[in-house]
Amino acid sequence: MIKVGLIGAGKMGLSHLSILGAHADVEIVGVSDTSKIVIDGLRKYSPFPCFTDYRKMLAEAVPDAVFVAVPTKFHASMIKELLEKDIHVFAEKPFCLTPEEGRPLADLANKKGLINQVGYHNKFIGTFKEVKDILDGGYLGEINHFNGEAYGPVVIRKKQSTWRSNPVEGGGCLMDYASHVIDLIHYLAAPVKKVHGTLLKSFYSNAVEDAVYSLLELENNITGVLSVNWSDETYRKMSTSVTISGNKGKVIADANELKVYFKDSDCPPGYSKGWNVKYITDLTAPVNFNLRGEEYTAQIDYFISAVQGKSPNNKNTFDSSWLTDHAIALIKKASKLN
Amino acid sequence: MDRILFGDNQFFAVNHISDEKSRAQAIKFKDDKAIIRTLDYAMEAGINTFMCTTHGRIANICGIIRSDPVKYKGFKIYPCMPYAHKYANAVTELGILGTLKEYVPGSFIGSLFKGGAAVLSKDFLSIMELMIDAEMKMFKGINTPVIFLQNVITDLLLGLKMDKFLIAFYHYIKTQYNAEAGFITMNMPKLVSVLENAGIENPIICSSINKVGFRMSGGKEVYEETLKTKTFRAIAMQVLAGGAISPKEAIEYVCGLPNIESILFGASSKANITQTAALINQYDTQLYPAPVYDWQKVS
Repeated sequence: MIKVGLIGAGKMGLSHLSILGAHADVEIVGVSDTSKIVIDGLRKYSPFPCFTDYRKMLAEAVPDAVFVAVPTKFHASMIKELLEKDIHVFAEKPFCLTPEEGRPLADLANKKGLINQVGYHNKFIGTFKEVKDILDGGYLGEINHFNGEAYGPVVIRKKQSTWRSNPVEGGGCLMDYASHVIDLIHYLAAPVKKVHGTLLKSFYSNAVEDAVYSLLELENNITGVLSVNWSDETYRKMSTSVTISGNKGKVIADANELKVYFKDSDCPPGYSKGWNVKYITDLTAPVNFNLRGEEYTAQIDYFISAVQGKSPNNKNTFDSSWLTDHAIALIKKASKLN
Repeated sequence: MDRILFGDNQFFAVNHISDEKSRAQAIKFKDDKAIIRTLDYAMEAGINTFMCTTHGRIANICGIIRSDPVKYKGFKIYPCMPYAHKYANAVTELGILGTLKEYVPGSFIGSLFKGGAAVLSKDFLSIMELMIDAEMKMFKGINTPVIFLQNVITDLLLGLKMDKFLIAFYHYIKTQYNAEAGFITMNMPKLVSVLENAGIENPIICSSINKVGFRMSGGKEVYEETLKTKTFRAIAMQVLAGGAISPKEAIEYVCGLPNIESILFGASSKANITQTAALINQYDTQLYPAPVYDWQKVS
């Protein structure tokens, strides 16, 4: 059994806790949150040991691994403490507030050989994995453009503020929504090298952006567009998609569906010249417990399995997620030039 | 429960395999009239139960149903609560506390905050009851013999091992609404065993059951085994696995399973509604023909 602790029982924290609670190889040794209402509820109705001070939890529960799901501004200091105590870490996204904060943490995790992962769950979605395979196989030929998009109805009117509406604490559409798309583009194609221009727009929020529109250039010189808006109520929930065009074909994918066009018959097995459509039903590996989607369980299974030494630790590592933080910093810098 | 239940995903742009189809559905069902017309098609196909989420627009549909008691005589609604995205988006924006303040009705939460969070901690189950009442308001005067907890909440509680809430939901629905509680889940075998251990007899459980094993956590075999060996009232949903299987093959598989009381499906077009209902009736008769008694035999 792997002894796991959780710091931060908000929306993502509770979701992780539920999945961990159902995991056959996990023993939850502690849950920590500063909100009395949440901890009181968990203490009263769940079997998990509860703490309002995470340091007390670390000292008493001695976890092998900890999930960090607190507002981003607390990530750096907490993760550092955990790594120094030789604890494996799964952190929610984004990794840190700035690349300067994150770099030493990634180095420390690597030096100590601790398992480190960040919650960019899109890499565990079957359709996006399939896009990766198609691209890695060179089936789209030379890539000439990408569109990375995400839309959803998070802020659709003026409202009271929380940490998500505070730019200093890691709020805003760029860090919350766009980070997913930037990370996905990095996974599918390459990390962002240069930002050619950015518009950060606010529609309802006072202090943060509600939309990000940016022109990106990747390390392999591929260029494309990032278009993200969390104030779009025509979407029922967050919808992330990528369109990638090459000289041999084009792929359009979201979490449910993959549409790919091949110019000729040099295509992967199971595909043919012209349009092909595949659905998530064909591309999803089964999981043992499902809450909100297989990918949330798959990423936790992957982490636990790495902690057990059964599989490598090479997806969503701190190193990889640091590159997303780096891209976010480039986008912010570019927006200031407007 | 009726053998066939009509679902509402298509009305609210819920499509598990295509965002493009979702948008087309949102456009098609912009007007309540389009929803009512589709419910008419379902009624023409002999379906008299509408299983729907507590989406804001269902309030309008309930109004239309209430206003025509003759047409909707014998028509039942199975509410499924809560409409989770409303809360999920609110939690992202407002946090857990902010969401409670926004959605728990009356001055209950406000007064508790004034009195300190300690008071609140004793009353989580009361908060749940208040939220159930708020969600049920729109169904006043409508026959709702089964009331469901949506899978996001059922499964969240299941993983958190907060069985007490599941049990409290069950009992509150029974006493307050004189109805049966149902549970929607993506983890049917696990839920069956938790409810069994909690002493809830023969619960109504709605889960994905389909030939390709889509959204059947732990695998198709465990589901089939649970259906064979456990006592509960099963509803099969996502029988078409989002369109991955042909309707004929899909329905043949589900109708052939033991212990499935009802099949839930949704469709937008008259043709699909009629075809799916006809297939269920056809395989039910084929696989489980009505017994022929001696007196019926022609000698």
